[in-house]
Amino acid sequence: MSEYIIKNGHVFDPVQGIKGDKKDIAVKDGKIVDKVGSSAKVIDAKGKTIMAGALDIHAHVAGPKVNAGRWYRPEDKHFDSHKVPGITRIEGGKSIPTVFKTGYAYARMGFTFAMEAAMPPLYARHVHEEIHDTPIIDEGALPVFGNNWFVMEYLKNQEIENSAAYVAWILRQTKGYGIKVVNPGGTEAWAWGLNCLSIHDNVPYFDITPAEIITGLMKTNEYLGLPHSMHIHQNNLGNPGNYTVTLDTLRLAEGVKANNNFGRDQIMHSTHLQFHSYKGTNWGDFESGAKEVMDYVNKQKNITVDTGNVTLDETTTMTADGPFEHHLHGLNHLKWFNVDVELETAAGVVPYIYDPNIRVCATQWAIGLELALYAKDPMRCFITTDHPNAGPFTRYPRVYAWLMSKKYRDERLNTFKHADKVISATNLSGMDREISLYELAQMTRAGPAKALGLSKDYGGLKVGMNADIAIYNIDPDNFPSAGAEIEKAFGNVAYLFKDGKICVENGKVVDMGNKHTFWVDAKVKENKQVMHDIREKFLKYYSVNENNYPVPESYAPHQHIINVDAA
Amino acid sequence: MPKEVTDVICPFCGTLCDDLCITVSDDNKTILGVKNACAIGSEKFNHQRLPGRVKRPRMRQADGTYKEVSYDEAVDWTAKMLVKSRKTLMYGWASTSCQAMSIGHEIAEKVGGIVDNCATVCHGSSLIAIEDVGVPSCTLGEIKNRADRVIFWGCNPAHAHPRHMSRYSIFPRGFFTVKGHKGRKIYCVDCRYTDTAKCADEFIQIQQGYDYELLNAFRTAARGGDLPDAVGGVPKEKIYEIVDDLKTARFGIIFFGMGLTHTMGRNHNIDIAICLTRDMNDFTKFSIMAMRGHWNVTGSGQVLGWQYGFPYAVDLSRRDQARHQTGETTSVDLLNRNEVEACFYIATDPGAHFPVDAMVSSARKPTVCIDPHINCTTEISDLHIPVAMVGVETGGCAYRMDNVPIETRKVVEPPEGMLTDEELLTKINKRVDELLVKGGA
Repeated sequence: MSEYIIKNGHVFDPVQGIKGDKKDIAVKDGKIVDKVGSSAKVIDAKGKTIMAGALDIHAHVAGPKVNAGRWYRPEDKHFDSHKVPGITRIEGGKSIPTVFKTGYAYARMGFTFAMEAAMPPLYARHVHEEIHDTPIIDEGALPVFGNNWFVMEYLKNQEIENSAAYVAWILRQTKGYGIKVVNPGGTEAWAWGLNCLSIHDNVPYFDITPAEIITGLMKTNEYLGLPHSMHIHQNNLGNPGNYTVTLDTLRLAEGVKANNNFGRDQIMHSTHLQFHSYKGTNWGDFESGAKEVMDYVNKQKNITVDTGNVTLDETTTMTADGPFEHHLHGLNHLKWFNVDVELETAAGVVPYIYDPNIRVCATQWAIGLELALYAKDPMRCFITTDHPNAGPFTRYPRVYAWLMSKKYRDERLNTFKHADKVISATNLSGMDREISLYELAQMTRAGPAKALGLSKDYGGLKVGMNADIAIYNIDPDNFPSAGAEIEKAFGNVAYLFKDGKICVENGKVVDMGNKHTFWVDAKVKENKQVMHDIREKFLKYYSVNENNYPVPESYAPHQHIINVDAA
Repeated sequence: MPKEVTDVICPFCGTLCDDLCITVSDDNKTILGVKNACAIGSEKFNHQRLPGRVKRPRMRQADGTYKEVSYDEAVDWTAKMLVKSRKTLMYGWASTSCQAMSIGHEIAEKVGGIVDNCATVCHGSSLIAIEDVGVPSCTLGEIKNRADRVIFWGCNPAHAHPRHMSRYSIFPRGFFTVKGHKGRKIYCVDCRYTDTAKCADEFIQIQQGYDYELLNAFRTAARGGDLPDAVGGVPKEKIYEIVDDLKTARFGIIFFGMGLTHTMGRNHNIDIAICLTRDMNDFTKFSIMAMRGHWNVTGSGQVLGWQYGFPYAVDLSRRDQARHQTGETTSVDLLNRNEVEACFYIATDPGAHFPVDAMVSSARKPTVCIDPHINCTTEISDLHIPVAMVGVETGGCAYRMDNVPIETRKVVEPPEGMLTDEELLTKINKRVDELLVKGGA
C-alpha cells in the first residue's frame, strides 16, 4: 500500500490535545505511523485544516424504513438525481439519498463512519444488504430492543443475565453493534394503537414500565461490557412540555457504572435531544427547554447526547417510534407509512417540511443549536441531524457554520417571519459562544468515537490509529468570516483518506476504499433457559423459522468483528 | 442414502414459506420428495428433475429453429445487443435473487437500460397509491399473533397464495389469538364466490367495478355519514353492520389483490382502501397489505429503491439520471409506443402476461430471455439462456410480501455446467465493460 506524508497542515486532534499546530502526519499500510520512507507521496496541506475522519453516531441510512422513505417518495428525487463523471454511480434523493449517494456524500464531507440508528432484528438482512451496497464509509447498525417481547419478559422479572444472553444472541444473528431503545414500551403499546408517554406508563399485557426497560437494558449493556452504551430515543418525543420526561429518563443513569474495556465512560447515550427539550403546554406556548436539559447533562458525567439539529429543509421523518409518526401524520396530513414488526418493534415514516416561516419549526431550529452551545464538555455532546428526521446529513456543513459563526446564525434567526416570537421562546439570541475547530473535532470525531467504544482506532490522528483523515480548505489563521464559506469548506474535503487510501480529492470521489461492516460478538455462558425461550417463540409466534433468521456471512463480506467476553 | 434438507424457502409466491423439507438424492442432483409445500410449490421443486430441460443457450436461426450455442457466445451476443441498443427494456427480475438484480442494475446503468419488474402489470397500481398516500402495514407474524378481523378484498389466496391462510391469516393460533380461526372474523369481498370466500365467515358479493364506491361507503359509514340504500349491490344496513364490527376489532387487516388493482379505478381503489385503513386507526389498530404475487417481486422493488429511489419502471437510459414515470417508463407503454430498441427479459414471463400488442412489438426487436424453462417469452426470443433455478439450485435473497427478506437455500446442484443468474450477469457485465472500452459493439 502507498505511503503518504501530509505536511504543513494545521492539525486538530483532541486525542493528542493538538489545537491547530502544524504537524506532519505519516500514513502507511492504512495506519498513522511515526515516519515513512523518502519515497512517500507528499501532500501539501499548507493553509488547510486536518482532522480525523468524522463519525456519525446516529443516522438512518440503511434498512426497511429508510428504503420505504426512498421509494414511496419519488418526489424526493426531483430535487436531485445526477451522475458525476468518473467512477461513481447515479446518485439520487435529497432527504433520503440512495445508498450510492449516501456513501459518496458522507465521504465528501470528511466522514468515515456512520451508525445506522435502528435495525429491526427481523429485517437485519435488509439492513445489511444496503450497508453492503453503500460505498466507502464504515458502518454498523444498532438492533432495537426497547419493545422486544423477550427483553420485556426477562426485565419484568429482573433477569439481567437472561436479558444479556438474549441480547448477545441477537447481536450475533443480526450482526448488530449494540443496544438501541426507541420509545420503550410505547411501540409495543402501538401494536394496539396505544402509547407510553411517560416513563411510568404501563405497557399493555407485559406489565412493565419504560423506566424498568431502560434501567434493565443499561444494566444488561454493562453486564455484557459492550463497546457502546445503551442508546435511547426517549418516550414522548416531539411534544410540548416533554423536557420533564427527558429529565426523568436521564436521571435513571444516576448510580449506574460503566463496565467495558473500550474506554467508554457513559452508560446512556440520549439521542436527538432537540426533539426532547420542549417546554410549554401546547404549540401556542411552545418554547425551549434546552437550558434545563443541558444543565442536567453537564453535571451528570455518565451521559452522552447528540443534538438532532433542525436544518429547515423539506425532509422525511422515520423512526421506530410508530405512535409518534401516526401523531405527526395527524398534524401535517402528509402520507403515512407504518409497519409493525412481530415480537420486536414497529416503524413509521412521514414527510415533513421544516418551514422557516412557521414559528414552531424555527424554534426547533434554535433549540438544536442551543443544546450544542450549552454543552460544557464537547466530548459528550455530538452534532447530528438525526438524519433524515431533523434534516438530511448533507446539511452538516451548514449546522457547523451556524455553530461556529454567531453572525451567520443571527442572520438566520433575525430574518425568520416570526423572529420576535422565536427569540422570546429561546435563549439563542443571547448566546455568544462560537464553536472552535478543536471543539468541532471533539463533537464530531473524538467524542463519538469514544462513545461508540472505537477510540482505539477512530476519532484521532495518533500513531497507530486508522489513517482516516479529512483535510479541509480552511486556514485557521485566516478563518472564513462568511458562513457560506465555512459551509463550502466542510462540504468538500480537499482530501479524504480512508484506511490510508485517498478516496476523495477536491470533493471528487476517486476511490471506493475498503468498506467494513462493524458488529459485536459478545460471548456469554451457555444459557439453556434463553435458548429454550428462543426456540419456543420461533416455533409458535414468529413467521420465519429460526434457521432462516440469521444474517448470512455473505451479506457482510468485509466484516470487522469486535469481540466481547462476558462469559 | 437420500437426505432431507430442512427450512427450505419456497420460491413460488409472495408468501415465501420457509418451512419446506426437501428429500434429495445422495449425489445432490435430484429432488425425490417435497414436504410442507402447497401444490404449486411442490410442482416448482419437482420441475427440477423433469426431462426435456434446456441445458445450454439456444439461438434462433433464420428458419425459426434453434441452435445450441455456448454460454460464451450467448454472453457475447447479449452484451453486443445491450451496447448497441440505445434504449433497452430490461424487464423481469421477480424470480431471481436480489444479488443478481444488483449486477443487472449495474449493467443497465452502463448501457442505458430501463429496469422494470412485474409490478408494472400487477401491484404497480398499489405502489402508485402508496406513493400518493403512504400505507399503514405490518409483518405477517403480527396478523398471526394479533389480528381478530381479516378482510380479503379482490384476492383469492386459496388459489394464488395457498398456504397464506394457514400460516398467517385465518387458521394459525398466535400469542394473543389463542383460539385461532374461532377468534377471528373473516370477511371476503369479491364479485365471485371464490374458494377463499368459502373460508370466510361473511362473503360480501360486490357488483363488479364498484370497489371504489363500496370502500368510499365504508369510510362514510365509519364517520357516521348517510348512505344510499345500496352501494355496489351491498345494502346499507350491511355496510353499517360491518363497519361497526370492524371498529370493535382489536387488530384488523385488509389483504387485497388483483381484484382491486386491475378493475375500474385501479390505483384509486388502493388509495381509498388505504385511506379507510388510516381512518380505522382512529378507532382501533388496522393494517393493509398487498398480496404480492411472484416470490421476489417485492425484492426487486427494494433493490431498485435503495439504488435509485423508485420501486419499478426505472429509466436509466439517460445514463446520468434515474427516472420513473408511470405510463412513460413502464414496460407495456414503452413496447406499445415502440420506444425501445432491444428487449432483455430475465426471471419473468412477459409473453404470458403482457397485452398482445406489446408482445407483438417486442417480437420485432432483438430479444434475449434468461429463464430456467421454456415459456411463452422464450418462444419469441432470439436467444434463450437457461440458468439454474434460484431457490432450488442456487441461493439468494428474496423479500416476502411484507418486505421481510429471507435468504433462499440451494437444495440441489444445477445441471452440470449451467450458470446461475449471478454468474451469467457477471459475465455479461464484464463483456459489456470490454465492449465499452473498445468504443461500442
